[in-house]
Amino acid sequence: MKLLISRSEFFVTVGGILSLIKNFFSILIRKRTNYREIFFHCYELGVLSLGLISLTGFIIGLVLTLQSRPTLAEFGATALLPAMVSVSVIREIGPVVTALICAGKIGSRIGAEISSMRVTEQIDALEVSAVNPISYLIVPRILATTFMIPLLVAYSDVFSLLGSYVACNMTDAISIKIFIKSAAAHIDFSDIFPAVIKTVIFGFFIGTIGCYYGYYASGGTQSVGKAANSSVVAASLAVFIIDMLVVQITSFL
Amino acid sequence: MNEKLIEVIGLNKSFGSNTVFDDMNLSLYKGENLVVLGRSGTGKSVLIKCIVKLILPESGKISVLGTEILNASNDQLDEVRKEVGFLFQGGALYDSMSISENLEFALKAHNTTMTKADVQNAIHSTLENVGLKEVIYKMPSELSGGMRKRIALARTIITHPKIILYDEPTTGLDTYTSAEISELIVSIREKYNTSSLIITHDIPCAKITGDRLLIIKDGKNYKEGTFDEFKSDNDNYIRTFFYSI
Repeated sequence: MKLLISRSEFFVTVGGILSLIKNFFSILIRKRTNYREIFFHCYELGVLSLGLISLTGFIIGLVLTLQSRPTLAEFGATALLPAMVSVSVIREIGPVVTALICAGKIGSRIGAEISSMRVTEQIDALEVSAVNPISYLIVPRILATTFMIPLLVAYSDVFSLLGSYVACNMTDAISIKIFIKSAAAHIDFSDIFPAVIKTVIFGFFIGTIGCYYGYYASGGTQSVGKAANSSVVAASLAVFIIDMLVVQITSFL
Repeated sequence: MNEKLIEVIGLNKSFGSNTVFDDMNLSLYKGENLVVLGRSGTGKSVLIKCIVKLILPESGKISVLGTEILNASNDQLDEVRKEVGFLFQGGALYDSMSISENLEFALKAHNTTMTKADVQNAIHSTLENVGLKEVIYKMPSELSGGMRKRIALARTIITHPKIILYDEPTTGLDTYTSAEISELIVSIREKYNTSSLIITHDIPCAKITGDRLLIIKDGKNYKEGTFDEFKSDNDNYIRTFFYSI
């Protein structure tokens, strides 16, 4: 049965991504890091996503609180709303939703950018200038997504809690101090550690998958759209698979 | 003019069932401009991409500046590539960089020890040589097709390569601009003392730039000669190129 791609395509893609990861680490160890490029991409991919991440984070916190309130009210446990929302947001919803947004916004951008460079022979031009395209184009982007996505998730979590606080105040007056105290009371290391681990892995794979589809694009301008589209689909799928695996693994810790 | 800078022997390359080269041979001598002519789809661009190992052939021997390209290590390949300039069909300017940054990037990739002042001097003098000093701070998207070709040429020559490979340098340009680019290719050879391999199907460009012409057909050398020899040749296949002259 063909689910998304054929079996041979699947193995070629997985093999290609693993080979790219091997090249990434090999260059990271052997060559001098281009900090200027990394900072540039951290700004372009991370800082320029702050507006979208703030808005979506705020809405998630607000909606989650409004939707959960009636159920908790039935048990007379509305006082637990900040705690419930904070645990849900920090452990699962914040990292996954933010990673999915980044897979769409950042993954597609990387895929389209690199594939258009491939189509217009700019990558070939780098190679004939004796510049390693993986070192110049791919390593800084993967490092940027690996650093920035955990920060974007933390930023999104803050806005989700802010949204939750606003929703709590729609029905009951609650001070920010009590809200924070209540939210923080139920958060411990076992909530934060898996979330941090998986956001780092999400960031790494969103960057890697975008770079892979961009770098190996072939054909005309149609391949630019295809690379952007494949980057989003594959990175989104990877987010769910990584989430499942990390939750299973960290549950033993 | 006897020193061979590029030597291709018995090159074979296929894409699936489509054979592009079947025992292709070519030599580029020091100081000459060799024009490779062929119909569309005969693999002319594949040939020069094989020469700098952007495409791997199935078999054959390619020697550039005495280095066996197909067996070279990455470091050896980089050293050879630093001596070879490549003008891509579409220019391949880095569109996220200004013209100045495009040239600076090429220069720094080639020579990391240059001072900032030397880099700026090199950029200004190279842009002056291609007649486009005024576009230094523009972005590639702001330039016309002919200007992009000139800037791409400036980016190629700024590193003073020994060999320049031109992939269809006049494609997509009007007759007047094509002639300008062809004249520029000739003047670059004189100013920079380069040897060039020019891939084209533009006969006026071949006439202006070529010391020697090589026609390829069915994946192999068909005939070699000067422009005047080909012009008076009665071979039917050769006449298809030169009928308008």
